[in-house]
Amino acid sequence: MKFTWFNLMPWPHLPDDFREEHRSVWVDIDSRLYDPVRGHHVYNDYLDLLEFADEVGFDGVGVNEHHQNGYGLMPSPNIMAASLARRTKNAALVVLGNSLALYNPPIRVAEEFAMLDVISGGRLVAGFPVGSSMDTNYCYGQIPALLREKYHEAHDLIIRAWTEPDPFAFNGEYTKLRYVNIWPRPVQQPHPPVHIPGGGSIETFDFCIDHTYSYSYLSFSGYRRGRTLMDGYWNAVNTRGVDDSPYRAGFAQTICVADTDAEAERLYAKHVDYFYNRCLHVPPIFADAPGYRTVKTLGAGVLSQYSSENRFDQLSWGELIEGGHVIAGSPDTVRDRMEELIKSLRVGNIYCLMHIGDMPKELCMNSTQLFADKVMPGLRDMWPEYSGDTRFWPVPMTERATPRAMTAG
Amino acid sequence: MTSATASTTATTATTLVHTRTADLEVLTAGTTGPDIVFLHGVLGLEPDSIFLGALGERARVFAPLLPGFGSSPDAPTIRTMLDVTLLLLDVVEALPVSNPIIVGHCMGGMIAAEMAALAPNEIRRLALIAPLGLWLDDHQILDVFAMTPREIADAWYTNGDARGALPDLDDPRHLESVLIRNARQLGMAGKLLFPIPDRGLSSRLARAKADTVLIWGAEDRYVPPVYATAFAGLLRTSTTVIVPDTGHMVIDEHPQVVVDAIAGLFSKTAAPQ
Repeated sequence: MKFTWFNLMPWPHLPDDFREEHRSVWVDIDSRLYDPVRGHHVYNDYLDLLEFADEVGFDGVGVNEHHQNGYGLMPSPNIMAASLARRTKNAALVVLGNSLALYNPPIRVAEEFAMLDVISGGRLVAGFPVGSSMDTNYCYGQIPALLREKYHEAHDLIIRAWTEPDPFAFNGEYTKLRYVNIWPRPVQQPHPPVHIPGGGSIETFDFCIDHTYSYSYLSFSGYRRGRTLMDGYWNAVNTRGVDDSPYRAGFAQTICVADTDAEAERLYAKHVDYFYNRCLHVPPIFADAPGYRTVKTLGAGVLSQYSSENRFDQLSWGELIEGGHVIAGSPDTVRDRMEELIKSLRVGNIYCLMHIGDMPKELCMNSTQLFADKVMPGLRDMWPEYSGDTRFWPVPMTERATPRAMTAG
Repeated sequence: MTSATASTTATTATTLVHTRTADLEVLTAGTTGPDIVFLHGVLGLEPDSIFLGALGERARVFAPLLPGFGSSPDAPTIRTMLDVTLLLLDVVEALPVSNPIIVGHCMGGMIAAEMAALAPNEIRRLALIAPLGLWLDDHQILDVFAMTPREIADAWYTNGDARGALPDLDDPRHLESVLIRNARQLGMAGKLLFPIPDRGLSSRLARAKADTVLIWGAEDRYVPPVYATAFAGLLRTSTTVIVPDTGHMVIDEHPQVVVDAIAGLFSKTAAPQ
């Protein structure tokens, strides 16, 4: 199993009446709610936590990309990953990822990911999301019905930029370049492992299978509701006749660990509530721009997790636990539920959402430490027959530089 | 390269037009009078449109439905304003029409204006009904891609009776069909209108040579009437008809007034001068 410590990086100072007084946490969120002085401490606390996750033995540290978003303070995940490249030692840098259609030209992604891979000594996982409709359409102005075509063209360009040793001309529909010849090149050859974060678009299944990429279902709905979609993915894998290594799939899960189940509720319930009630407060008009999802996906009944069908704000702590939206409790409880998750979804990669809502740093460290010490060890070898599968995880350089502070004078 | 096949029913006719880039369903109305090609707006066009019927009383009307609208198949290779404009010029060429008046409402008006700018010697008579295509920072056009069906209905119509029933989005059976229809129709519209409905028409519109009538609802909240002045300022030859007490769907709310305004073009010469 590979466990990636993941933080969406929410703004933890949304007011109590946010849901009543503000239309959205995303796109047109009130900029007056942001305070850069507080933001300085928020960023540094969150980076501290990611570095702590490396120290306690998580396999990866994860960052992602959102724009104009009160629960995702990383418009540039590569900036965060660059900081982590120097300040972490062993964890993979899981950048989930860069929304390819938003980069002009998209070789910027090939360049920056190559830089991260070189600085970190080959620890990069390259995430290629299409990106949410809010980010790509409403915030970054991409035309919904053309987004996926542009994304696929950008993907092809990036892979060629990483793998072709000589300069080449690229005459795309959206990008035209006479001399593609990126410099530097990634440590990992032919290129870093690729994870594709998906929100339910079924076309993504075949894309992952075609290219031997890991499909990562980033859902806030939890593992019990994620089962239907993941079953669809594994059906696609089986239909295509490729191997069914669990490392072909990943799942994001909110996890809170305490000494006892009751203590978990006492410590974490209010922070979980902050996330579901304030951070996911997105009006239906921003859920999906028309044309963002294909007719095929809509016909399969897949709706945005921000649609009115997927409301969490009315759920009690008990319902969130019972529904599998949140896995919380004592180490034994969490381990049992995680085992159920891993087996039922058949996933080798877990993106552990260990920080949630407005959780303070010390509390999150406590949960993180308990998970690393008392939960992860019992889950490590869930898929022993696939332990040698290195297609979906970095193989870093063995002799890596040790960052150190230079002393003046 | 292009061809048309027709099937006729008692009350309406549907023509399927084939072009090099897309196949389009074309609604038709009327059998006598001058030829008119009508280009629909962002909400599409239904076969039982009162406006289409009223126009058909005075002219032979052909109303192509853009890819994704009605039975017109999606057209993934149609991506840009130029693609759409050339597609509609191909459609006009394929239809059994002679020197037609091009009439466009809303998004269709934007396309019609582009056609007149690209083919100034072919398009000599033009009716633009609350067209999109220009952008004034001080008079911003509503974002149709971030509005609920009710918000759209409230903004498009001034008369509640004219707008018909709204889909019940709390009913899952309706929700999926509405989402799929929106994905096809507004997905296509987004290629021209998202995120800002301006594809550079202001730099080309002066090329148009057509006699043009601009028709606007005085209470249009989607494309405010100030845009009539902007269009008139860019066109070589135009007259403006402002219809009082009506909104963006002036074609539904006062179809006869709109038809009369278009009929003012009938006597204009269709041939190049």
